[in-house]
This record gives sequence, structure tokens and C-alpha cells, in this order.
Amino acid sequence: MGGVRVLVGTKKGAFVLTSDAKRAKWHVNGPHLAGWEIYHVKGSPVDPDRLYASQCSGWFGQLVQRSNDGGKTWQPVDNKFTYDGVPGTHQWYDGTQHPWEFKRVWHLEPSLTDPDTVYAGVEDAALFRTVDGGQSWHELAGLRGHGSGPRWQPGAGGMGLHTILLDPTNAQRMFVAISAAGAFRTDDAGTTWQPINRGLHSRYIPDPTAEVGHCVHRIAMHPSRPNVLFMQKHWDVMRSDNAGGLWHEISGNLPTDFGFVVDVHAHEPDTIYVVPIKSDSEHFPPDGKLRVYRSRTGGNEWEALTKGLPQRDCYVNVLRDAMAVDSLESCGVYFGTTGGQVYASADAGDTWAPIVRDLPAVLSVEVQTLS
Amino acid sequence: MIRVELPAHLRTLARSNDEVELQVDGPVTQRSVLDALEAKYPMLRGTVRDHVTFKRRPFLRFFACGQDLSHERPDALLPDAVARGDEPLLVVGAIAGG
Repeated sequence: MGGVRVLVGTKKGAFVLTSDAKRAKWHVNGPHLAGWEIYHVKGSPVDPDRLYASQCSGWFGQLVQRSNDGGKTWQPVDNKFTYDGVPGTHQWYDGTQHPWEFKRVWHLEPSLTDPDTVYAGVEDAALFRTVDGGQSWHELAGLRGHGSGPRWQPGAGGMGLHTILLDPTNAQRMFVAISAAGAFRTDDAGTTWQPINRGLHSRYIPDPTAEVGHCVHRIAMHPSRPNVLFMQKHWDVMRSDNAGGLWHEISGNLPTDFGFVVDVHAHEPDTIYVVPIKSDSEHFPPDGKLRVYRSRTGGNEWEALTKGLPQRDCYVNVLRDAMAVDSLESCGVYFGTTGGQVYASADAGDTWAPIVRDLPAVLSVEVQTLS
Repeated sequence: MIRVELPAHLRTLARSNDEVELQVDGPVTQRSVLDALEAKYPMLRGTVRDHVTFKRRPFLRFFACGQDLSHERPDALLPDAVARGDEPLLVVGAIAGG
């Protein structure tokens, strides 16, 4: 009988939540790597017991931890992220140029085919890769070498490369997203990149339709249809039907088109989820009601999912890496909040219940469907 | 043997419950002690000083024998009491954060 393993990164450690396929009773294991910020934990699709975690601290910098037993034990691997060549400069908050400086790893994306290959999205924005299980990291420098780097700028949370999508049908193609530069695509396994931001409109930058400079919060795809991308931008929920060649807005009837997460149902490529958040200055759910919005039409028409979620006095946030889905027959949807709750739905969002309520602020949520 | 007292998180990372003891050949300086520390405990590389620039992380300080040695040159000799192993070199994390 299968089950699920939910990997939670928090401000003060990692937690592993497990359940059988009913997803009614949960075991909470942790904290692992206690006291450290765990930006992201993710497992290899081909070896589910191989996990990688980004561990960082304002005092001690960046570490990367690896587990070979599903999160029971962890071993530090290489933590040296050195930019290739002369790092160059990007735009700073005041419009001046600022040197590229490594700060932390935001996202770890294990390869779809090799448990020893992992991509790392870092701040200041760049993409690194290991092919030896984390023993060494090397930059895929073609991304920063695109030439638009001097026009990239940090969002309020820093200039992080936070999204890495691997195309399961084309090993040469992947997508990344950076706050605040935008989305990029490679069609040659990371050697060269092109910005894919046509159709985005960001009224808060000098040229609202610029090639780069957009604050993309998250992009998502369904593996069966990798040319269709969904994006939660700083404002606007967007869709592209041609691998990012052109985007169009699908915010429709959302109460606000600001938010961080976006994800896709495991079996229904046109069923998508977002969590609207009030912005710009508040960053909590509108009206104190925590609502996931689901569209079954690939956007524009959204329904509020509220059963089991707090509908008063709720002022948490749901950060960009903090939503995931499982691939059991009845798709499970999961998200974590800055208030330390991890909510789960075993019926594609119709009803929700907290797995755990009082963790440290949740930074990331990933789910493994175990056979 | 040179004694080094690490902050709690780094002791956990190094799987050490107590002070660490290091063999340092030649002059006992911040640089030679940290080189020996990172050689014996490679998981600590990058946590006390930067991998590339070898600059001390800004929220860490070095103390020994009642003195703040944080701004001493990396190749300046540490106090004789540290070199003899009578006193530890203290790596201290800033009291900050939440």
C-alpha cells in the first residue's frame, strides 16, 4: 500500500510528515537540522530515499545536506557555490550596479533520471548543478551570461532563483524563474538561455513590458503537457501555451491576483491552484480568510476552497515554494504557512485539515508519493 | 594541542560534544588554526570563514585570553596560552536573530 511523505522546510529546521494513502493519520518527524533555516527539501524522483536539503544561517552561511534514507539521517555535502569567472553586476534597489554575491540556495531540483544530479537555484540569482550527489557544484553560467544580468534586480526578499522546472519529455529543456528578473528557458540543457517574459505586464517597473525585470513568484507545469506553463507573478496569474513564448493573464475572478504559489493537479492538467494574498504592503489573506482558489478550466474561472481552512482572523502567508501535490488516485494538495501550519487535502482541495499546526514558519513543502 | 571552542550549531555539525583539539604545525595563527579545523572537520568549511576570500563571517568573532582577536591579521600569532593549549580559541556567534 502506498503512502506519502511530505518534506517541510521551516525557519528552524526540516520536518518529515508521513501517512498511508488515506492521508488521515500523520506521523510528524523532526526537527532535523534543528535551528537552521531550511529553504527547501526535495527528493529524487528515481530514488525517493535520496533527499537534498538547503540549510542556511545568518551566522554560518550555506550548507547542503543529503539523506540516503528518506530523511532519517543527514550528511553534509559540498557547500561551495562559486560563480563562474568574473561574477559581474546586477541592478541594486537604488538603480546602481551591485556585484553578484552568493547568499543562499533557495531551491534544489533533483534530476528526473539520475539521483546524483541536482540543480540548485541560488541568491544572487544563478543556477548550479552537481552530478556527483552534491560532492561538488558548478555553475551553469550561460544563464547569467545571457547578457541581461545588469538589468536583473532583487525583489524585497532578495534576488533568488527560486523555480526550476525540468521538461520530462525533453532532457534539453528546462525553465527557471528569478525574482525580479523573470522566467528563462534553455533548449540545450543549460548552455544557453532566453528570457520568456513576452506578454507579462508589470506596472511597477519603468518599462512594464520589458524583456527582463519582472517579479515572477512561481511557475508550474503538468508533466504530461510541458509546453503549458502557469505563473503566479507579483501581480497577475498568467498562462503560456507555447513554453513561455507568450503569456496571457488568467486571473479572472480571483479576489486579488497577488500571491506566491501556483500548482497543477496531478491528473488534470487544467486544474490549477493558487492562494491569493493581499498586497503590496500586507501579505496576508484578504479579509483574514485563508482560501485556496482552484480553476478547473486552466484559469480565469476560479472557485474558493474553504472547507477546513480558517475563515476568520487568519493572517498568515503562503510562500512560493510551500505548495505541492501528490499523485495518488485522488490527488492530494498540500501547503504550509508562515504561521507554522501544514494543511492537506486528500480530495483535490474540496476539504482540508491541518497535518500539524505549530511548526516554525514554513518556507517550503514538497510531497513524495511512495509505492 | 590547540583547543577551539565552537558555537553550538557548529559543534553539532562537527559531531563534537566538547572543545575540539587540533594539531597545528608551525606558527599558531588564526589562519593555521582554521586551516587545521577545516582539514579535520571538512563539514565546517565555509561556516566560519568564506570559502574563497577566507574572510571571517560577519556574525562570528574570535576571542582568547579575554581579548577580542576578531580584527587581528589572519597571520598574526595567537596568544602563547592558546599555542600551549592552556586556553581555547573561542569562536563566538553574535547574540542576534530570532
